[in-house]
Amino acid sequence: MISLILRRLGTAIPVLLAVITLTFFMVHSAPGGPFDEEKAVSPEVLIKLNERYNLNEPLWEQYFSYIGNVLKGDFGPSFRYPSRSVTELISTGLPITFELALYAILFALMLGILAGVISSLRPNTAYDYIPMTVAMAGICIPSIILGPSLTLIFGIWLNWLPVTGWGDIPGDKILPTITLGTAYAAYCARLTRGGMLEILNQDFIRTARAKGLSEFRVVVVHALRGGLTPVIAFLGPAMAGLLAGSFVVETIFGIPGLGRFYVEAAFNRDYTMILGTSIFFSCLIIAFNLLSDLVAASLNPRLRDQ
Amino acid sequence: MNQNYSLTQKAIERLISNKLSLFGGVYILLLVLIAIFTPLLAPYDYAYQDLSLGPSGPSSAHLLGTDTLGRDLLTRMMYGSRISLMVGFLATLVALVIGVLWGTVAGFSGGRVDAIMMRIVDVLYGIPFIILIILLMVIFGRNLILLFMAIGAVEWLTMSRIVRSQVMSLSKQEFVLAAEAMGVKKRDIISRHLIPNAMGPVIVYATLTVPQIMLLEAFLSFLGLGVQAPMSSWGILIRDGAVSMEEYWWLLVFPSLAFSLTLFSLNFMGDGLRDALDPRTGPN
Repeated sequence: MISLILRRLGTAIPVLLAVITLTFFMVHSAPGGPFDEEKAVSPEVLIKLNERYNLNEPLWEQYFSYIGNVLKGDFGPSFRYPSRSVTELISTGLPITFELALYAILFALMLGILAGVISSLRPNTAYDYIPMTVAMAGICIPSIILGPSLTLIFGIWLNWLPVTGWGDIPGDKILPTITLGTAYAAYCARLTRGGMLEILNQDFIRTARAKGLSEFRVVVVHALRGGLTPVIAFLGPAMAGLLAGSFVVETIFGIPGLGRFYVEAAFNRDYTMILGTSIFFSCLIIAFNLLSDLVAASLNPRLRDQ
Repeated sequence: MNQNYSLTQKAIERLISNKLSLFGGVYILLLVLIAIFTPLLAPYDYAYQDLSLGPSGPSSAHLLGTDTLGRDLLTRMMYGSRISLMVGFLATLVALVIGVLWGTVAGFSGGRVDAIMMRIVDVLYGIPFIILIILLMVIFGRNLILLFMAIGAVEWLTMSRIVRSQVMSLSKQEFVLAAEAMGVKKRDIISRHLIPNAMGPVIVYATLTVPQIMLLEAFLSFLGLGVQAPMSSWGILIRDGAVSMEEYWWLLVFPSLAFSLTLFSLNFMGDGLRDALDPRTGPN
């Protein structure tokens, strides 16, 4: 297990460095940056700006000092809001985005595993087709459609639920959670079904049934542990998708999370903010991939030697 | 009749017997035809706007209504489908070419070359590309060609893994050994024997990649980071629809329906193709 952790870290760290390097040089090669010569800025202001953001030093020195600062958790000041640091903006947005992603993944797991187990117990019957067709619909109705549609139906026409904000009015967390979680619930259902079908055919399940265990115990205690491996392996990439999905969902529902900061920074060309959040998001995604690999390995001993 | 022909025939039979994937195939075919012939078929000119009319619901003059600037929604959706489909198919093509070449070379070479090439794929897998694509769009402007090149350059990773495992199992088989023994050049073995025989799973995966890419494009367009006005894509139409849906529901509903149906069709087509091309799975 320890050698597996070390091996996975051995891949994760070069990836992380590659991402930081790539984003840093991409942002710095951007045409039309805030300090573009074409912009009419007085020379004194330009000098001050350059000093403030260390733009006088050669690029590679900026790069190393940036990496040094990032390691200390300092992403520098925001270009757009010089009074606030990027770290500050990240730390206000992150808890909200995390909460949203957590609710969405819980929603997805509960609904998805339940649907997947039900359809795997009676394959190729209506108990199988109906949940799986609904799951297909869940995959094919992306959040950019689901979000506005839910808003229109439950927020505007029926007037049941609030459609903006996060934690201001009771119930305003429901629609964003469903919007973000539905596609993942659908994937979970399909993966659970596939994993369960494979496990339910194996000898140890027959043994468990032959011992006279209740069907509930066979399914929940014996089969589910192995049947959920694909779902666990999916959680890492799902987390990455959830964070990207939060860009859209936070924009639709006006949630002041990290995703919306990111999109705003992209629009404002707030370069340090884009750089900082890009690196931060990348770290998160890589960390979640690592974590889900390790969890999958601890559930399934055969994966440890790969 | 040789063996290959009857296998293909069986695959086609299986595909047609699967109603949902048949529906998907027909829908996509129609959509592609409409997209190609849009300039001839569109009821109005792309730039035409009737400001005095403004937003109006579906009527006989405008089947799907008009938007806030009095532009015909059906016309805009038809032109939007060109962009959405083009991004989907061209980016898949880019991914297909890179992935097939990379996977074939790695799988056929084996040994150290294979280990290094697949290690590179492993490392690239870890990179969160959605962030890099957004970054690319922000920095270099919303260039359509750049967009699908970037997406295609990302999506080849899984493709190369699939092709590699196919090629590795194929290259151990007798007909490849026979070709080698007869002195056929490596390049010809790859292009004549390996790639055509590895195509089945590749086609299936490509069919399932197209909706993923269309989704990514719609995501970016929805955020305002995709294609730029005056061009339009379904992502942009859905965003415009979401902005004005309170008063003008049709602006959201019709583009959403068209887009969802497309994703549905492509996914069912991919599933159907997988069942048809791989006799081991499937309902029988």
